[in-house]
Amino acid sequence: MNHPQTSPEAPQTTPALETDRVNCTFYVRQGMLRGSKPLIAVDDVSLKIPKGQVVGLVGESGCGKSTLANILLGLQGTTAGEVRYDGISANKFSRKEIAQRIQPIFQDPYSSLNPTKTIHSIISLPLRIHRIGNSAEWDRKVRDMLDLVGLPARVAGSYPSQLSGGQRQRVAIARALIMRPEVVICDEPTSALDVSVQSQILNLLQDLKDELGLTYVLISHNLAVVEHMADRVAVMYLGRIVEEADAETLFANPRHPYTKALLESVLTPDPSMGVPDTHLGTVFPNPIDPPSGCHFHPRCAQCVEKCKLVAPEPVRDGANFVECHLY
Amino acid sequence: MSAKDVILDVKNLTIDIPVSAGMLHPVRGTSFNVSRGETLCIVGESGCGKSLTSLGLMGLLPNTAQCNAERMDFLGQDIRDYNERQMSELRGGSMSMIFQEPMTSLNPSYTLGDQLTEVYRRHVNRNRATARDRAVFLLEKVGISAAASRLKQYPHQLSGGLRQRVMIAMALMCGPDLIIADEPTTALDVTIQAQILHLLSDLQREFHMGMILITHDLGIVARVADKVQVMYAGKVVEEGPCAAVFNNPMHPYTQGLLRCIPVPGKTKRGERLGSVPGIVPNLIGDLEGCMFRNRCPLASEACARMPDTPTELPDGHCFTCLQDKSALEQQAVFLEEV
Repeated sequence: MNHPQTSPEAPQTTPALETDRVNCTFYVRQGMLRGSKPLIAVDDVSLKIPKGQVVGLVGESGCGKSTLANILLGLQGTTAGEVRYDGISANKFSRKEIAQRIQPIFQDPYSSLNPTKTIHSIISLPLRIHRIGNSAEWDRKVRDMLDLVGLPARVAGSYPSQLSGGQRQRVAIARALIMRPEVVICDEPTSALDVSVQSQILNLLQDLKDELGLTYVLISHNLAVVEHMADRVAVMYLGRIVEEADAETLFANPRHPYTKALLESVLTPDPSMGVPDTHLGTVFPNPIDPPSGCHFHPRCAQCVEKCKLVAPEPVRDGANFVECHLY
Repeated sequence: MSAKDVILDVKNLTIDIPVSAGMLHPVRGTSFNVSRGETLCIVGESGCGKSLTSLGLMGLLPNTAQCNAERMDFLGQDIRDYNERQMSELRGGSMSMIFQEPMTSLNPSYTLGDQLTEVYRRHVNRNRATARDRAVFLLEKVGISAAASRLKQYPHQLSGGLRQRVMIAMALMCGPDLIIADEPTTALDVTIQAQILHLLSDLQREFHMGMILITHDLGIVARVADKVQVMYAGKVVEEGPCAAVFNNPMHPYTQGLLRCIPVPGKTKRGERLGSVPGIVPNLIGDLEGCMFRNRCPLASEACARMPDTPTELPDGHCFTCLQDKSALEQQAVFLEEV
């Protein structure tokens, strides 16, 4: 677990990727004659992604983690705040320049690869878009990439339908890495895969990170995977990061009641334990009309009167923080 | 548990599907039984035949598929030769199924009320009001608030977790004896998953049903199962009481699967996870020997023609592998030395 890039003597280096109080609001139409209402998908998120680290982003569906990923990828504009790549504002970069620095790996390798294109053409597409090299070079690079992700060179001529789920995800990884990006956003990279394949892909991601010095943003609702991979973890709820800490602290000592509930929900293969009862209630709140005060209070077992009225301020402990009135 | 509590008893179920390349054998002789109040988990990776087994039980296989069994008794009745009408009496009545995708298994153009009451009016009581009361009762049971007003809603108005609750309520409408849940929580968030599993085991206890839970998630299996069957390439390779299988996995495939999952607190962070190299074999044509042999670290010549007789341990834990425990350990030591 010694990550040379994260050694304590260099905490002041510029993060590879950073959001500074980013806000993203959508307006949702309520009907023909009614006005639209704001939906705050990402609310005042400041997240630093240091070079060479894995930052895990966890939360339930609808909490804004994929919107945040799109903002990081430059696919989604922000309503307020700033995204910085290597300390330089994202506005200074063109779409193509951003794509050279940061690439995504999506959840479902069955729908993220174009079924009518060969694997060679899928993997080399970024090179062709960015007009890098010529066709001989593309061939060589595709071969190198296939080798790097552990696929035989002969699959270059195949179509996605001829590959298994794990192989397709390897193709998606090869496509993401062919531009040699600094940062890779992995949006649920293994949740569509079988257990034995999942472990192969996680091992591959680990190896590639060490080999190429990559930085990952790992979005997942599988906390066991996040705990295995991540150096830092941010927990999102209704667009806000409610707790952020280094992985060790967060998993050893979760502070926010929501983090605790998420951790309790992880089903480890331990037959002596039954199904956990998280006491979270059934209702995920409507993001158009979020609860007053602390957004989590209707589902919180430790809710007190103050939680319903006042939104909690982040309580900081070094680089870690938690937004909860209990602390 | 006494013999009369057994509600489903299946022996040697095989499913064969003719495909252009020959005969596909997705299920090759599985046997199991389920008693009242008992949960049987069938676990395995995609393509191992676990979903087809459940479809075979429900008589929902396509016409071209041939489903045969030496014995298939449900509530003491032999259902092997049931015709379509008799099967449809069973389905949704005393045997019901919860499907994986609540998004696609609810009809988007009917209200929840229509879909919930349809099955009850078909099987139990044609009276609209009684069916409606039953639907409201069950929606409340599965933890849906304002149940009466929900009946007028359409599936798209509900979240994934709520839809899955509706699916569970629908499966329970006629008070079934057996519930088959095929990956009931795969599409859901972890928090909702825990709630749904909790709900299923509570309801199972309350209504005294048998349950077959099909999943690929070993974490779920360990937490809810009474009995476990690990399937690989259409065959059960290991089965037994949940604790026995998890505490003392004997088959190399089960061991491999358990090594693949990161467990907070047990696997070291950043350490390489175990894996099961290779891919699932092709199940077309004549198949002989252990199908896991080309992925197995302990495979030997003999595996290519091994018989199907499982080794049974005293606690009811069976596995089909030539290696017994001591040989496995010796082999492991040997491999390390090499």
